[in-house]
Amino acid sequence: MSADFPVALIMIIGAVFVPLLRGRARAALTLALPLLTFAFVLALPHGIYGQVEFLGGQLVLMRIDKLSLLFSYVFLLATMLAAIYALHAQDAAQQAGTLVYAGSALGAVFAGDLLTLFVFLEIAAVSSVILIWARRTKASFSAGMRYLVVQLAAGMLLLAGIAVRMAAGDGLAFDHIGLEGSGGWLIMLGLGIKCAFPLLHNWLQDAYPEATATGTVVLSAFTTKIGIYALARGFAGEDLLIYVGTAMAAFPIFYAVIENDLRRVLAYSMNNQLGFMVVGVGIGSELALNGAVAHAFADILFKGLLFMSMGAVLFRAGTVKGSELGGLYKSMPWTTGFCIVGAASISAFPLFSGFVTKSMIMSAAAGEGYMFVWLVLLFASAGVFHHAGIKIPYFAFFAHDSGIRCREAPTSMLIAMGGAAVLCIAIGSAPGLFYQLLPFAVDYAPYTPTHILDQVQLLVFSALAFAVLMRTGIYPPELKSVNLDTDWSYRRLLPTMAAGIQCAWQYAVSAVMSSLAPVVSGGLRQVLAAHRDDGLLARTWTTGGAALWMMILLLVYLLSYL
Amino acid sequence: MKGNDKRYWLDEPANVTKLYRGLWAVGIVLVLCDLLLHKHEVFTIAGWFSFYGFFGFVACVVLVVSAKGLRRLLMRDEDYYER
Repeated sequence: MSADFPVALIMIIGAVFVPLLRGRARAALTLALPLLTFAFVLALPHGIYGQVEFLGGQLVLMRIDKLSLLFSYVFLLATMLAAIYALHAQDAAQQAGTLVYAGSALGAVFAGDLLTLFVFLEIAAVSSVILIWARRTKASFSAGMRYLVVQLAAGMLLLAGIAVRMAAGDGLAFDHIGLEGSGGWLIMLGLGIKCAFPLLHNWLQDAYPEATATGTVVLSAFTTKIGIYALARGFAGEDLLIYVGTAMAAFPIFYAVIENDLRRVLAYSMNNQLGFMVVGVGIGSELALNGAVAHAFADILFKGLLFMSMGAVLFRAGTVKGSELGGLYKSMPWTTGFCIVGAASISAFPLFSGFVTKSMIMSAAAGEGYMFVWLVLLFASAGVFHHAGIKIPYFAFFAHDSGIRCREAPTSMLIAMGGAAVLCIAIGSAPGLFYQLLPFAVDYAPYTPTHILDQVQLLVFSALAFAVLMRTGIYPPELKSVNLDTDWSYRRLLPTMAAGIQCAWQYAVSAVMSSLAPVVSGGLRQVLAAHRDDGLLARTWTTGGAALWMMILLLVYLLSYL
Repeated sequence: MKGNDKRYWLDEPANVTKLYRGLWAVGIVLVLCDLLLHKHEVFTIAGWFSFYGFFGFVACVVLVVSAKGLRRLLMRDEDYYER
């Protein structure tokens, strides 16, 4: 196969065979397809391939450069880890959905034109909802529906933007887009939904925690990261993104502190990490863009690892509510260990992946003199350690013993978590190799004495704050609850308004009816009166009377004729 | 498998207190390191004595206390949307 072949199709077409196979053969297929794709991708040359004429425009199915390759590597790693993780649960719908979703994510990052990007994003939206519905509960069905509506709306914005740009003669090429025309704004808004910009974010926290144990792991890898990738391609250096990203890094951590569903805590913390990446894209320098995409790479692995550990808890203990968990380290020591590796990575401990990726964004923000942005990001860094680094492992595995005694996670889950943990530590401990994959040459040293001391101080004192607040009883307890977010507007406000409008309409109809009733019934009475047995129009006439009327009619006719 | 009454090291409150004091000891050592190390910072504020330590502590306390306050505004019963 040549580089013209759209690599996405290996997994998308391969997924067709998933329902036809059973047991080990199917499991082997779900592992073999990403592996085969990986081998194919590793052999790809750089350049523009797979060019197709379409409606007078040029489609580019395969744009192969360092940026698209970087994302394809991590997408394939995530697909393989998720396939291993899912070996315990043979669910054809989920396994096929995962392959199509991952395949379309690859298609999107290799897309060299906007139309191809749009098509693959739509396939991704539709295939990913299967992972939410596969939970097969009423809540997951509704959440999946809401997710789908939001994703397709984002797609419509993207398509509208593409159409506007076509009409303006900007063509289909997917290079720097910028915010000069309305087409650019529409495209950024569509991608903003995918990246979970503030106020456009809540589909993520609404839907991801409702998916299956594996489903959330898979979902966390792709949609939002394609958004980051596309922003880095199309909107690098747009100042607006710096402030959008800063807000994004800060506000979700408040929610994460009070949220009870630990997978929803992770969804909020994911939103916060995406904020860092958006800031990096907004700054747009080589260091900042390297930081943004490196952090996206690292985030897919450590957030996947954290979601895997919480998925294992859900699978074994039957819940991921902080209020019901605690003391699980006794039953699930390995899962606890892997969760702590994920927590250390997201918190950017030295030797773990976040330390060498997030710091590039922080350093770029400081280097460009954005002091306020830098301070907020520092606050968000302390906050992420607090809610993802400490809260997640603490309330699930330690805290007070909930009395839950379950089995350790299945071996397949442990292998997947172990793989992700090894990658997190490898990136953090030997960043040189990883830095070579980044789109721009890296002139950044993460391991300086100043940086290490600063970061360890920040983390240890954040941990001390947690410990002090815990021991003094100030820390808010985990409570069975939901917290209102922007989803309130379409789950409560709009339905209430719709019900109100329906009520008002019914009232108006009945008011009109009741005011018309006397008029209508009066008219009916008149008609009835005329047609009664002895009514004017129904009584029997005498022959003379009838003859007289006929004569009059004929006379009138004669007169009118003359 | 309930009723497994094996005692773990962390089940002992005295050991948790040991960990807590150990963490403070680490914190104090880190603050003292600040005196020894000649740091290279972009912003002057970041060069202040133990800026990162103080910032981390204060940031987390502010975060938790304000999030706790937000609960009054945002928190609803678990079945709020099902009703």
